[in-house]
Amino acid sequence: MDAAPATLSSKHEAPDIGELFTGFFILGLTGFGGVLPLARHMMVEKRGWLSSAEFTDLLGLCQFLPGGNIINMSVAVGLKFRGIPGALASILGLIAVPTAVVIGLGVIYGRFANDPVVRHLFGGLAAAAAGLLISTAIKIAWPLRKDVLGLFIGALCVLAIAVLRLPLLPTLLTLAPLSIFLRSRQAS
Amino acid sequence: MTGTLVTLALIFAQLSLLAFGGGNTILPEMQRQVVDIHHWLTAQEFGALFALAQAAPGPNMMVVPLVGWHVAGFSGVLVTSLAKFGPSSLVTGIALRLWERFKDRPWRRTVQAGLVPVTAGLVTASAIVITHTSVSGWGTVLIAALVAIATTATRIHPLLALAAGAVLGLTGIGQP
Repeated sequence: MDAAPATLSSKHEAPDIGELFTGFFILGLTGFGGVLPLARHMMVEKRGWLSSAEFTDLLGLCQFLPGGNIINMSVAVGLKFRGIPGALASILGLIAVPTAVVIGLGVIYGRFANDPVVRHLFGGLAAAAAGLLISTAIKIAWPLRKDVLGLFIGALCVLAIAVLRLPLLPTLLTLAPLSIFLRSRQAS
Repeated sequence: MTGTLVTLALIFAQLSLLAFGGGNTILPEMQRQVVDIHHWLTAQEFGALFALAQAAPGPNMMVVPLVGWHVAGFSGVLVTSLAKFGPSSLVTGIALRLWERFKDRPWRRTVQAGLVPVTAGLVTASAIVITHTSVSGWGTVLIAALVAIATTATRIHPLLALAAGAVLGLTGIGQP
C-alpha cells in the first residue's frame, strides 16, 4: 500500500488544493485523540508531500506557536504548497468532519441528558476523558522531573491556574517571560 | 444574540492566541469564561462537552464548536471556530515566513526551553480542573484513575480507554 521508503531528497510531489483538502479530510475523519502519528504517516510516507526532516522542522515551528499543533500544521503545509487558498483547504478539510460529528453527539447528548442511563454513561465518559488528560499531563511533565527550575515554573502555573483560578493572560504574560529569562541565565 | 456572538468571538480569539503548547493548556480559562463568568453552562455540562469532544474524531479542540453550538446554535459554531482557529492560523502563516531565517539562532532554543515548563504546568492545571468537575462519587474517581494509569503505563488506544470508561459508567456504580 505504501510507496517506497521516504527518500532523503526534499523534492516531493507538490499537492494541489483538492489533494490538500482530501488529505486532511481523511485525517480528520480517522484521527481519534492523537492525530499527529497519522499526520506524519499521511504527509511523509503515504503521500510524500514532505521529507521526514521537513516534517520534523515544520512540527517544531507549530509546537512553538499558539494553537493546536495539527491545526497549525495543516495551515503551514497548505500555505507552503498553495498559498492562502491551500491553507484554507487544508484546515477546512481537517475540521469539517470532526465538527459535524461532535455537533451530532452534542444534539444526542442534549436530548437525552436527563435520562439516568445516559447520565451515567456520560459520567463514566467524562471521568475517562479526565483520566486521559491526567495521563497527557504526566507525559508532558515527566522529562522535567530532574529539572528544579522547570518544576518550580510548572508548579507556579498549576498554583495560579488550578488553585487560585487566575485569568490565563496575566499568568502567561508573567510566567513565560520569567521562565525564558531564568533559562537564559541558566544557559550563560 | 449579536452581543453573545461578539462576546464568544472575543473570548475564543483571545484563547486562540494564548494556546501555547496546544489546546489542552487553555481548558481552565475556557471553563472560567463560559462557566464562571458568563454562566452559559454548568461545570458539569462543560465536563460532559469536553468528554464528547474527546470521543469524536479529529483534533482535540473540538470542544470549541461544541461550546459554540450549546451557547448560540449554528452561528455559535461558526463564530467560535473562526475565532479559535483564525488568529492562531494567521500567526502560523506569518511565522512560517520567518522560520527559516531564525532556525539556528540560540535565542530561539532558549525561548523554546523556557516555554516547556509553562506548557507542562498549564496542561497539569487543565487535568486538575477537568478532573475536579468530571469526578463525583467513588465510581468516577476509580474510572479516571484506571484510565490515567492504563494510558500512561501502556500503549492502549485512547478511544478504547474512553469506551471502557463509558461502559463502566453505564453501570451507575459509585455515581450519585
